[in-house]
Amino acid sequence: MNSYSYTPLITLLPLAGFVILGIFGRKYFNKTGGLIGTGLLLISAILSLYTAYQYFFVNGKVGDTYQTITAVKFTWLTFSQHVSIDMGIILDPISVMMLVVVTFVSLMVHIFSLGYMHGEERFATYYAFLGLFTFSMLGLVVSSNLFQIYMFWELVGVSSYLLIGYYFDRPSAVAASKKAFIVTRFADLGFLIGILVLAFYGESLDFATIIKNLSTAQSTQFVAITSASFLGISAITWGLTLVFMGGAGKSAMFPLHIWLPDAMEGPTPVSALIHAATMVVAGVYLVARLFPLFTINESALEIVRIVGVTSAVFAAVIACTQTDIKRVLAYSTMSQIGYMMFALGVSSTGGENGLGYTASMFHLFTHAFFKSLLFLGAGAVIHMVHSNDMKDMGGLRKHMPITHISFLVACLAIAGVPFFSGFFSKEEILLAAYHSSKTVYVLALLTSGLTAFYMFRLYFNIFWNKDTEVHGHHGEGTFAMKLPLILLAVLAFGAGYIPFGQFVSTDGKALESEFHLAFSVAPVALGLLGIAIAAWMYMKPNEKPQRVANAMGGLYKAAYRKFYIDEIYLFITKKIIFNLIGRPAAWIDRNIIDGLMNGIAAVTAKTSALIKGMQSGKVQNYALYFFGGVAALLIMFIYFWRP
Amino acid sequence: MNEIPLSHILFVSTGLFFIGMYGLFTRRNMITMLMAIELMLNSVNINFVAFNKYLYPEKLDGIFFTIFIITIAAAEAAVAIAIVIHLYRNHKSIDVEDAAEMKW
Repeated sequence: MNSYSYTPLITLLPLAGFVILGIFGRKYFNKTGGLIGTGLLLISAILSLYTAYQYFFVNGKVGDTYQTITAVKFTWLTFSQHVSIDMGIILDPISVMMLVVVTFVSLMVHIFSLGYMHGEERFATYYAFLGLFTFSMLGLVVSSNLFQIYMFWELVGVSSYLLIGYYFDRPSAVAASKKAFIVTRFADLGFLIGILVLAFYGESLDFATIIKNLSTAQSTQFVAITSASFLGISAITWGLTLVFMGGAGKSAMFPLHIWLPDAMEGPTPVSALIHAATMVVAGVYLVARLFPLFTINESALEIVRIVGVTSAVFAAVIACTQTDIKRVLAYSTMSQIGYMMFALGVSSTGGENGLGYTASMFHLFTHAFFKSLLFLGAGAVIHMVHSNDMKDMGGLRKHMPITHISFLVACLAIAGVPFFSGFFSKEEILLAAYHSSKTVYVLALLTSGLTAFYMFRLYFNIFWNKDTEVHGHHGEGTFAMKLPLILLAVLAFGAGYIPFGQFVSTDGKALESEFHLAFSVAPVALGLLGIAIAAWMYMKPNEKPQRVANAMGGLYKAAYRKFYIDEIYLFITKKIIFNLIGRPAAWIDRNIIDGLMNGIAAVTAKTSALIKGMQSGKVQNYALYFFGGVAALLIMFIYFWRP
Repeated sequence: MNEIPLSHILFVSTGLFFIGMYGLFTRRNMITMLMAIELMLNSVNINFVAFNKYLYPEKLDGIFFTIFIITIAAAEAAVAIAIVIHLYRNHKSIDVEDAAEMKW
């Protein structure tokens, strides 16, 4: 019926890699596992690119509107005639875009890991986990219904857990993986309840049906969900907010972001793949997927906007003070995802009003490239100096020229310097924010300046500043490590020239994004100012950073300690929840539940000890009991029984 | 000639039954206990025959029951003797007090 029946292969090939390497990897393919995983993913990536070509340029368009194509659909579980769960693959502009991004970045990470993870003891297992992650992420983006997306959502959580805890002999990695899992799991509880609310009122799990049922004004379902309310808030707001809570957890939005910086314990390429380019944008993707519902409910959209902008500013401030280069990048990721979130939050549907939506997806697209490039570059640097701390780095531009140039390109892109990809997407976001809310616009502008500052602080600290002794025995890394850097650098530069509005918009029609020169002046000037300050402070080793830190006093210290969010959580969990809920629950468990069981057992034991003497083993005793019993029955029947 | 009243026969059978019961409880020798059980069975047989004869002379149910009980008593005796022999092999004695291992 359609020409996309091969699309399941895209998702299933990485799964095949996981199964093969997971079962036989350590025994048979420990050396070649990487090539197997990479090869399978290469096929998958080529198929995705082909799908994108087919969809965007050949047959995705009917008239001037991109259609949603259901490539595959089958019933997976049938509970009753009315309740069943489908599995399916849908292709629409955002899912096709995500297919390309996920397979491409994953492929780059696979290739990079060939060099980076070379010689690891569990090399094949690593690739098996990467395969599992890629499978889950691809399954997530093509999901046709809420339940399927939830399943894959949890699967990406599991594979993220496995990869963060890859170095399981390191206690900090184990703690980080647990933290990531528990925090996102907590958020997913909200997601699940949200799904149930939406599915209950929307009378379906299918995205298209839910959206149709709930967004048609005056339909019975719409009336039901808007009139039902709980704690004074309508059911639709609850449903969407809870779904967004799941998205915020996965996307590390404030205040559920605490797992992301710790997740940097995983191998660096994993951070590039999962915690920069793909999994963490799942929350943005989810909101975009349900966007028609969000637009009919202003309060839910406002929450998205506030959370997004708070995260963007908050993370940017923290990023300025961190010294672990991966943590700087982690906070930067959080800040950029905040950008995408509030871009969705300021958007609405249809034509020009949908600019925020397009801009958000555009930023997701460009961010995937330059952020994974930054992480891979950081990986190469860490590989070289064997440290995560920027105090141990400096002057590396002479030792690793390719990493240096590609890292610079990525920094320029994220800082929004004109002609680099980040500039285009960020301009669109700022434009959308400007049209919608001035407060958001100002905060976004501030964040963009901060972004430029902390990225170049990172850049100058790694590649300029003091000279470090590099006792490198393997130089800049193998060809496998350089190739992804070069390819990603090309995209980090060039991805912005794609006329994104042509392809992705709220209503499927092409959106002409005009370019205002005057508008760009402020953000670009701020960005350049940020870069200049960073250069002034960090280009040469000097006392200025310390003096600035001292001048800032408490603010610097608070930002350095990440505004004590972790401590607050620890206080709430350890002091309040543990004492008020955990201890009483433990007391009830130990004394009442266990006490009941122990009591029953003790009574039984006592009774049996009391009467066991009757079983003497002597036949004549038994006969005596028998006759005694018969005599008692007789007496009872003769003298006391009155029917 | 006066017929023997039913109550006389019942006295005999009751006496027989309790003699059997006394034997069952006081003897330690397994064979004696077996004999005591036979006494009790026969007291029941006497009851059956007597009730049949005095209360329902036109029927034969009680007589048939007696015949069945005699048959079963024979089989039971065979089984019991086999048990006694086995007991003797294991304990070199047929005193039931010696075979008291099957207890708590």
